[in-house]
Amino acid sequence: MIINHPLLGPRDSAEFIYMGDAGLINRPDPETASGEEWYAYAYLRDNPAGEHRELWWHEGGDRSWLVVTRNTVTHEISKVEIARDVARAQGRSK
Amino acid sequence: MRYSGFKVIKEALTGHRGWTPAWRDPEPQSHYDIVIIGGGGHGLATAHYLSKVYDEKRVAVLEKGWIGGGNVGRNTTIIRSNYLLDGNEPFYEMSLKLWEGLEQDLNYNAMISQRGIMNLIHSDAQRDAFVRRGNAMMLNGADAEYLNEDQIRKEYPFLNFDDARFPIKGGLAQRRGGTVRHDAVAWGFARSADSHGVDIIQNCEVQGFRIEGGVCKGVETSRGFVGAGKVGCAVAGNSGRLMAMAGMRLPIESHVLQAFVSEGLKPVLPGVITFGAGHFYVSQSDKGGLVFGGDLDGYNSYAQRGNLPVVEDVCEGGMAIMPMIGRARMLRMWGGIMDMSMDGSPIIDRTHIDGLYFNGGWCYGGFKATPASGYAFAHLLAKDEPHETATAYRIDRFRTGHMIDEKGMGNQPNLH
Amino acid sequence: MTQSNRLSGGQIDRNTTLKFTFDGKTYDGHPGDTLASALLANNVRLMGRSFKYHRPRGPLTAGSEEPNAIVELRSGDRQEPNTRATTAELYDGLVAKSQNRWPSLAFDAMAINDRFSNFLTAGFYYKTFMWPAAFWEKVYEPIIRKAAGLGSLSMQADPDAYDKGFRHCELLIVGAGPAGLMAALTAGRAGRDVILADEDFAMGGQLNSETFALNDAPALDWTTATVAELSSLPNVRLMPRTTVIGAFDHGIYGAVERISDHLETPPEGKPRQILWRIYTQKTLLCAGATERSIAFENNDRPGIMLASAIRTYANRWAATPAQRVTIFTNNDDGHRTAADLHAKHVNIAAVVDTRADAPFSSDYEVIKGAQVVDTKGRLGLTFAELRLANGESRTVECGALGVSGGWNPNVHLTCHQRGRPTWNEDLAAFVPGADLPPGMTVAGAADGTFSTHGALTSGANAAARILDIKPSDAPTTEDAAVRQTPFWFVEGCSRAWLDQQNDVTVKDVKLSHQEGFRSVEHLKRYTTLGMATDQGKTSNMGGLAIMAELVGKSIPEVGTTIFRPPYTPTAIGVLGGRMRGMDFHPTRLTPSHFWAKERGAVFVEVGNWLRAQWFPIAGETNWRASVDREVRATRNSVGVCDCTTLGKIDVQGTDAALFLNKVYCNGFAKLAVGKTRYGLMLREDGIAMDDGTAGRLAEDHFVVTTTTANAGKVYQHMEFVRQCLMPDADVQLISTTEAWAQYAVAGPNSRKLLQKIVDPAFDISNDGFPFMACGNITVCGGLRARLFRISFSGELAFEIAVPSRYGDALIRKLMAQGEEFDVTPYGTEALGVMRIEKGHAAGNELNGTTTALNLGMGRMVSKAKDSIGSKLSERAGLNEDGALAQVGIKPVNAADKITAGGHLMAATGPVDAKHDQGYVTSAAFSPSLDHMIGLGFLKDGGSRLGETMRLVSPVTDLTVEVEIVSAHFVDPEGERVRA
Repeated sequence: MIINHPLLGPRDSAEFIYMGDAGLINRPDPETASGEEWYAYAYLRDNPAGEHRELWWHEGGDRSWLVVTRNTVTHEISKVEIARDVARAQGRSK
Repeated sequence: MRYSGFKVIKEALTGHRGWTPAWRDPEPQSHYDIVIIGGGGHGLATAHYLSKVYDEKRVAVLEKGWIGGGNVGRNTTIIRSNYLLDGNEPFYEMSLKLWEGLEQDLNYNAMISQRGIMNLIHSDAQRDAFVRRGNAMMLNGADAEYLNEDQIRKEYPFLNFDDARFPIKGGLAQRRGGTVRHDAVAWGFARSADSHGVDIIQNCEVQGFRIEGGVCKGVETSRGFVGAGKVGCAVAGNSGRLMAMAGMRLPIESHVLQAFVSEGLKPVLPGVITFGAGHFYVSQSDKGGLVFGGDLDGYNSYAQRGNLPVVEDVCEGGMAIMPMIGRARMLRMWGGIMDMSMDGSPIIDRTHIDGLYFNGGWCYGGFKATPASGYAFAHLLAKDEPHETATAYRIDRFRTGHMIDEKGMGNQPNLH
Repeated sequence: MTQSNRLSGGQIDRNTTLKFTFDGKTYDGHPGDTLASALLANNVRLMGRSFKYHRPRGPLTAGSEEPNAIVELRSGDRQEPNTRATTAELYDGLVAKSQNRWPSLAFDAMAINDRFSNFLTAGFYYKTFMWPAAFWEKVYEPIIRKAAGLGSLSMQADPDAYDKGFRHCELLIVGAGPAGLMAALTAGRAGRDVILADEDFAMGGQLNSETFALNDAPALDWTTATVAELSSLPNVRLMPRTTVIGAFDHGIYGAVERISDHLETPPEGKPRQILWRIYTQKTLLCAGATERSIAFENNDRPGIMLASAIRTYANRWAATPAQRVTIFTNNDDGHRTAADLHAKHVNIAAVVDTRADAPFSSDYEVIKGAQVVDTKGRLGLTFAELRLANGESRTVECGALGVSGGWNPNVHLTCHQRGRPTWNEDLAAFVPGADLPPGMTVAGAADGTFSTHGALTSGANAAARILDIKPSDAPTTEDAAVRQTPFWFVEGCSRAWLDQQNDVTVKDVKLSHQEGFRSVEHLKRYTTLGMATDQGKTSNMGGLAIMAELVGKSIPEVGTTIFRPPYTPTAIGVLGGRMRGMDFHPTRLTPSHFWAKERGAVFVEVGNWLRAQWFPIAGETNWRASVDREVRATRNSVGVCDCTTLGKIDVQGTDAALFLNKVYCNGFAKLAVGKTRYGLMLREDGIAMDDGTAGRLAEDHFVVTTTTANAGKVYQHMEFVRQCLMPDADVQLISTTEAWAQYAVAGPNSRKLLQKIVDPAFDISNDGFPFMACGNITVCGGLRARLFRISFSGELAFEIAVPSRYGDALIRKLMAQGEEFDVTPYGTEALGVMRIEKGHAAGNELNGTTTALNLGMGRMVSKAKDSIGSKLSERAGLNEDGALAQVGIKPVNAADKITAGGHLMAATGPVDAKHDQGYVTSAAFSPSLDHMIGLGFLKDGGSRLGETMRLVSPVTDLTVEVEIVSAHFVDPEGERVRA
């Protein structure tokens, strides 16, 4: 597969390490979250057959975490974002 | 019809006119006591044990395509019970015992071949871990054998001992491990279940659950509604898709695992060998092909196909440990969808919906588990309580912190 | 007589004669020949045996789809089983053997199976061999395994090298037949970046097999000129002998180039083959088509071939399988073969055409509306039995029978991403479906355009369309319309072969149907149809057609199985490439490696690192002696160990402390500058991930260490937390593992030794640099260095780091300056012994299932702050009464052995899994205590010190009485580290 890195252009997926659903960015608020929310965050997955937003780490490159939107049936990649930008856009800060 | 050598001879002499279909091709009825979704190994095994052991008479297996077309039809055929943890080992040991009696139980020769499995050891830490595992196996009544380098060299002289980046320091053998003719497992279970009255319905895709007041009443299918007292789901890699129809999210991701077979060769390998310092394991089929595999591709996928980097990775491992296979040719590669769970261990449990039961999360260990999975799931469906060897396979174990993590990789499915 | 079946013409170099042997007999051939063409020219039709019935086999085809003529090529460690004689290029000295026969090819004892074929029908083995139960594995299976398989491996390591490489292009053209060549011309002339790959050693594809004219000259002239023009274009790369094996995601194609397979041995420095990963924007598949057979009784004898294959042998290789040939066809193409053979003076016994309106020939007899119903000839065809249109029989004497059942487009690559081909009723064949791999287009015969002119223009037009350029003009040629009328099998046939290698006959398909195995996949799996080394290329369609007939459906309704990579069987060696032997993984060397090697160190693999395991000295005969000495020397005076392999991560930024507070379960915010602290990192699921130290060099600068094994994983995790969970934190990370050479200097004299090299400006006295201090210093007169007063050994100890390039110098300096203290280098074994003596957890304890609580560090998980894993570590299942706790273990009888991996049981009572109380994680002989010791996890271990238990290790046949003790065997109060 080829991942079109927003900063570095098309790169072979073999340069990356895959982690999983990009929902892992949405770590529950430690102040307020219930045990159930922590459980869901750590363990439950939509696991869609179709578009999937997922985290890839450019280990063999600039070490960016990317959010890749990829179809799990066709493997087609429709979008690649810098995970840090995604995290900020979702309201994460420090 | 009973199969036997005499029957084969008789038919050969009379023009093979007496063979009948191995299973019927029935129309779905409007209601069953138990409906199993998924005509793969686990679903068919469940139907077999439900009908034969638990005396359930009104059972149907619904299969969206042709039976045996999922992972039971595309795997590397290995059976073993070399597990470490108490949540797993008794279950897999029961499975191995069921394999050992399966041909007689089914009157079908699935070519169970206990030629042994050998896990090679390449470091001190690995040796410590394998000794612990070997002990756990033996304490659970399974067989295990620790071999030192010299013993390995004697038994497997063709391995790479002299030019190895990670020298072989020993191995953990399970002599009762081995291989099975995988397709025959599906067919044997199907034939037996059918003979005990189970309706095996192919080309019948489940498109939804009918759930009323928190109770599952049956399934909507491509061939109409089928009512059921209980519904058991055993669809492996498609678990996420199926259970989403019941509004469930699972502690499971679907991943692709590739496997490979070489052209037919005269006998090369006695049993199964796994290379502990690379992603490679191999056995040789009765037909002569080397059947081998390695790691997951690593990304979520429902595509039943993988990519070159893992193909190369697996062959690199093969060449590192047995460089005599360099001139053998890979004949075919294929990919299966693995229901990778969050701790690498399966789930056989009720769901929060009454009458709806789930069997999945088999990762890439589902084939060897087929008979025990069927047995335990049948027990659960029939008795509404877990089988004694499957009590740890609760769906809520992640909520409560009772993970069964053989590899210690945590909540990242592709690492298991 | 040599080469008695050699004809005139052909693309062979008759000026050179090549000698080769087959089954020990020597023959002559010429450059340009394949093994099969040369054998046929020498009147050898019998080249193999089938898999199950051991029926005699000759070539069926003239290409890579060959199921029958497969041999063991070469000898010794280069022996290649299952090599297709039809593609093996002839070279001088070639050695080949037939396979799967005993004692000889002509007399094969296993051919007895053929007599019993009625018992050995499809799936017979599922129904028998079950009684008595034990006999399957003890008796039946060994016999079956011995009989199974085709060729043999040498069982020796493959001596040849394989390479891998990357290539990039705008347009990849697969197949250099008429369509591929025209496409390449079109794109090449427009200056576009093209790769043209073909599996054959001669480009031209089907054109090499034909005699008709292009531009009123022999086709070969046009092919030669075209290849020459393409070669001259710098933007076109021609890749002959290159098989595109698979279409993978996002325009990545796997291709295998055979560099040296046409030579006796690879030239010096050259690989045997290269795996290319071709990255392309667009792909044009011009893979041609494969002729298909017709099923009739005994259609598998040597001499019975695809008609087009006979034509190819005659035209390209000037060879014929026999001097008298019959053609059996359902289409016009069969007549072309007859005409070409006739022109080469081969006697055409008859052309048997199933069609009543077959074309007429004045050169030979055409028998219209007739069929071949049976054949004779034990080791090769002698007679064909015909059924004429009027129902009468007729026997024709012939040595070869060319069968033409029409053509199947080679759609394989179009299916590699699970697209399915679609049925074309006019062609009665599957053609590429709509669901092609993205970026792929198909042209020529592969797309169902079977005429030569059609292929030429379709190739040009396809390339033009893909690249938005003008198509090149195709050469003029005759353009016979192809009429393809389906005719799959002769009525009533039974032992009519579909899969010639696996011996699957029409009868097997019928039985499969009868027993309910009717889906295509069930048919394939039950009968093994299409599972041969030709991957079903010559067999699938026939089986499908018969099943369709039996179930009363059309072929497309019955369906088709999917094609998977590789396109043709591919050497495992080339897929592995150079990553074998010592090059399997990269080898990382520590900065002191060469020094250690000079000292005679024994090395051990630690992940990709090589580390010194111990340093034997003269007189030491076993490793224990060395390790014990190293431990004693360190504990008594001073030892030095290279610990560079520990992961080092530089953490900088105003939020560095905030960040470490998040990734470590214990607190770092208040750590003073100049101090180091032990840190435990949890995974988010609450399980311990790794441990190490973090030293604060400045308010905004920490140096974190990780275990060697987890260096990469921890760095990845920290980057995840930084980028994804704390995107606004002002913190930067970089791995500096390789940047700093780091040595542990441990033992009571460690300070004295270091004082000799640390520049005097820096006070490293116990007051000036107390336990857990850290700082930037200089050594040896101004070399920048980092010093940490941390201890893994439990002794007064330091770790000193200098830029890697000074690592070698530093170890030599330490050894020289330490002479007065008898400084001793120690390796990973002594390191391990000392850490077990001290009760420090390492990889064996941090095994991915243990919690802080298990490790005796439960209270370290701060409740005062949030950190990764803290919340989920609170789950009930991880905090149950009687949870495993780390303990020390010592033998009751000091001479007894402790085994890592042993399990802990009560002193009396049953020994089984139900009574399992824990396990031993690490064990070593302690020179300090003079007996073995161990670390382990025991249920409720913290409250069981002093208890006597049994350590059992049935797999190593050991049961030992042990005492549960504190894990801190040496200096439990920690006085030495603070000395």
